[in-house]
Amino acid sequence: MNSLPVDLLLLSIATPLVAALAISLGMPLRLAKGLAAAAFAVPALIALFLWSRFAGETQHATYAFLSVYNTGLQAVGIHLSLGLNGISLPLFVLAGVVGLAAGLYAIQSNAERLKTYLVLLLVMQGGLMGVFASVDIFFFYFFHELALIPTFIMVGIWGGKDRNYAAMKMTIYLTLGAMLSLIGLIALYHKSGANSFDLIALRAALLEHGLKAAASKYIFGLLMFGFGILVSLWPFHTWAPLGYGAAPSSAAMLHAGVLKKFGLYGLVQIVLPLLPLGVAEWARPLALLAVVGNLLVIGFITIAQRDLKQMVGYSSVMHMGYAFLGIATFSVAGAGGVVLMMVAHGFSVALLFLLSTSIYHRTQTFDMTEMGGLAQKAPVMAAFFVAATMASIGLPGFANFWGELAIFVAAWQFSPLLTALSVTGVVISAIYGLRSAARVFFGPQTEAFAKVEATKPVTDLTCCEKLPALILIAALFFVGFWPRSISTQLNSAIEAIYHPSAAVQAPAATAK
Amino acid sequence: MPHLDLLKAAAESNHWMAILPELLLGSLALFLLVLELVLPKKQHDVIPAVAIIGQIGILLGLLLRLYPSFNGQYTFSGLLHHTSNGEFMRAFFLLSSTFVCVLGTIALAKQKMPRIEFFNIVLVVSAAMMLLAQSNNFILLFVALETVTVGFYILVSYFRTNPRSLEAGLKYLITGALSSGLLLFGIVLLYGVAGNPTLPGSTANSMDFTALHTFLAANPNNFLAAIGIVLVLSGVAFKIGAVPFQIWIPDVYQGAPTPVTAFLAVASKAAGFSILLILMGVFAPYNHLTVTVLSLMAMATILFGNLAALTQHNVKRLIGLSGVSHAGYLLIGVIAASVLPSNLAGQAVGAIYFYLFAYLLASFAVFGVMTHVAGGDDADQELEHYSELAKTHPFLGAVLAIGLGSLAGIPPLAGFMGKLLIFVAAFKAGLYTLLVVAIIGVVISIYYYFGWIKAAFFETWRAPLLEGETDPRPVRTPVGLAAGVMLASLAVATVVLGFYQGSLGVWLLNR
Repeated sequence: MNSLPVDLLLLSIATPLVAALAISLGMPLRLAKGLAAAAFAVPALIALFLWSRFAGETQHATYAFLSVYNTGLQAVGIHLSLGLNGISLPLFVLAGVVGLAAGLYAIQSNAERLKTYLVLLLVMQGGLMGVFASVDIFFFYFFHELALIPTFIMVGIWGGKDRNYAAMKMTIYLTLGAMLSLIGLIALYHKSGANSFDLIALRAALLEHGLKAAASKYIFGLLMFGFGILVSLWPFHTWAPLGYGAAPSSAAMLHAGVLKKFGLYGLVQIVLPLLPLGVAEWARPLALLAVVGNLLVIGFITIAQRDLKQMVGYSSVMHMGYAFLGIATFSVAGAGGVVLMMVAHGFSVALLFLLSTSIYHRTQTFDMTEMGGLAQKAPVMAAFFVAATMASIGLPGFANFWGELAIFVAAWQFSPLLTALSVTGVVISAIYGLRSAARVFFGPQTEAFAKVEATKPVTDLTCCEKLPALILIAALFFVGFWPRSISTQLNSAIEAIYHPSAAVQAPAATAK
Repeated sequence: MPHLDLLKAAAESNHWMAILPELLLGSLALFLLVLELVLPKKQHDVIPAVAIIGQIGILLGLLLRLYPSFNGQYTFSGLLHHTSNGEFMRAFFLLSSTFVCVLGTIALAKQKMPRIEFFNIVLVVSAAMMLLAQSNNFILLFVALETVTVGFYILVSYFRTNPRSLEAGLKYLITGALSSGLLLFGIVLLYGVAGNPTLPGSTANSMDFTALHTFLAANPNNFLAAIGIVLVLSGVAFKIGAVPFQIWIPDVYQGAPTPVTAFLAVASKAAGFSILLILMGVFAPYNHLTVTVLSLMAMATILFGNLAALTQHNVKRLIGLSGVSHAGYLLIGVIAASVLPSNLAGQAVGAIYFYLFAYLLASFAVFGVMTHVAGGDDADQELEHYSELAKTHPFLGAVLAIGLGSLAGIPPLAGFMGKLLIFVAAFKAGLYTLLVVAIIGVVISIYYYFGWIKAAFFETWRAPLLEGETDPRPVRTPVGLAAGVMLASLAVATVVLGFYQGSLGVWLLNR
């Protein structure tokens, strides 16, 4: 079913892992840097190439580029099955592009023990490509964990303030979330009766005989909270700002930008189409948690932040509120909006983390009250930062706008009150976004910053910093001006699996 | 004359070739003693190498199937029943004792102790375990089990100049004697009940598992038999370290020489599970009773093991208590195997074996690192001794991280696949309460496993040494060739089995 001569999906997963192995076996630093750059570029190029080829491919159950490998566990229905559909394709591209940007930024960072750092990032990158290329939900989980473990280690070794505490807290929270999701996925596998973890087979089995309402309800609950913890659903979000605040920039870019989307992607791709009865049961509490908790409570907390990186961390928690709201609407527009928003948010939050670290290198502090006037010294950086902030607020012209718009439209039919409340979230993000830009870049220079500048003159972004930032901002603009490049495929995939005639029919009449 | 016929028939069932690996191992053990007598003292260093190479040779013979196969047959008048499970466990025990011997060479080098007896006893214990995994009769089971236990009494107190080691030996002796007593009492009760001619299905040969199973099936509600079963299970629970028979574990694990602790943690526990699996088949008519007992045990074991490990600073106690929790996860697999219908039970048993094998790889990786980090006082191995291990010994640091990660059940390592397979089996068996407890256990365990990794990897502030003060961390042994090969292959196998289970997975799960 795979029309390509080599399995590019497998190649995109294997290249970073093989490069990581090669670097850890020992090689000179220059060579390691070059190899790492190549290994980050290959998945990105493969992702873009597959994106361009996707429309012309023949699809099997919405999936193209399918290939299946046996790993020895076929007795319990586990195969390494790779493929892309309209929902996973944009995220696969996101993983490739953000991975490339994060990798390039790490290569130029001159971190201590750089080779180990690159090895861990490459492992993470391999896992990320695998998450979105997997059709088998076991491997979907497996690759997520593969990408998650390096994050903990990177926070612990290269992290900033409170890194030991942050690493421990992240590990325990995310393990709990991952274990709940794993149990939910095994429950889905078991109750479906398909004896296979393959998503296509699961869907076919569930189409034939739906799940009982009770089973659907508790599996959805498990997965909602399991994935929810991983995506920082309020009130299980406390690991996120702390962890991102402490994480080294490339790890934060990859985790907040891509890896965190794992849970949302799981909800959109697996949970919603397979467990419609569960959604009906849980939609209201989920929407309420998302709007009141993530959007409003965290929104106000974000406004109160003085630390730039903490602010970006909190803002990413806040924006997950839109995504959960879109999922709770359980509609084609809502789910499509969530995917668009995930892509857009991935690019913009990665760019913001990148820029905050670059700012830190110039001001020697993350405290926004000790900066000011940076725009005169570093106009290019200021332009990037303002653009990233605008994107994150969701102004038209940027990718985020389309995602949030679709979610609001879908949410209006779900609950006008919650929609109205969630639109105030845009105002909140405008307040903290613009205020942070003003504090950091405009206005008079603070005394503290002047002192720092006296010891170390401030320069604009270097070429090496500009390249990853350019990649990310180009992606934001591209999707912003031409959302159809994603949405056509996305729409057809979502309609194919959400449409009532194709979706799992599970009312009492058809349940066993 | 009929007596002679009987004896003849019995002799004909004595297929000595069926226990060729055990015989070879026993001969190897004796050969070591001969070498000690014959060789001049200077050349005694050769003897451990002979032990290791000999075991590898026997193991290769087993893996390449060079020995005559008796699969599915009963030999020695029904004392032994040769199964593919037994074959797997034979290889498992041989592999463990080989690793223990490698670790033994390192640990013994730090002590002024006689060397050769250590290897001799390890080989004998291993041979007894191999017989244990194929037993089909309570007599053989008890004799083999006592051989193992008596061997361990000596091994645990082997560092006889260290008071901790002696204390551990005494504790193991007392609790071990108690558990043997429980087991024996249970066996006697079952023997007596099954031999009662007034009951249906009574048998003259009630030590035999097949006959006992028939009797139990005919009397599914016999009170005395139920007591006997519970007592036998208690004796086995002592071996696997399940609550409430875990009481000996922390002290004995701490005091015993590190290689012996590894042997106890891996092989002795696995031996317990292999007889538990055999016995659960025999006791199948009493499933209503055994499943309840084991479920309660599993829950208590997982929670106790993990909670008690949380506060430990001594790594030997920590790994002992974490091993208690692993016994709990494995018990879930045993329960699933006895609850599931026979076509699915095979998968649950396969899951248990996969878990045990992953546990072997990860445990020996961790114990291997511990042996290198330990100083002259083998009982004194604190978490803080691991600080900056990743910096000074990156190889040991990496092996430790992989081993602990696998024990914690983190993908993509083998330990995760073991947990996954057990969880899938538990789901199929509908053991939801046990699953919830297992999840809680796994999340708690992350804290202490990660804490150990943290101690080795993350930099923490250390007080500068004052003049005349010595570094509290013992000197780390450089990694030799044999240990290096062993640790590297353990780490690689742990990673590879996490990604690709290949024919091992097919063999274990398609039954």
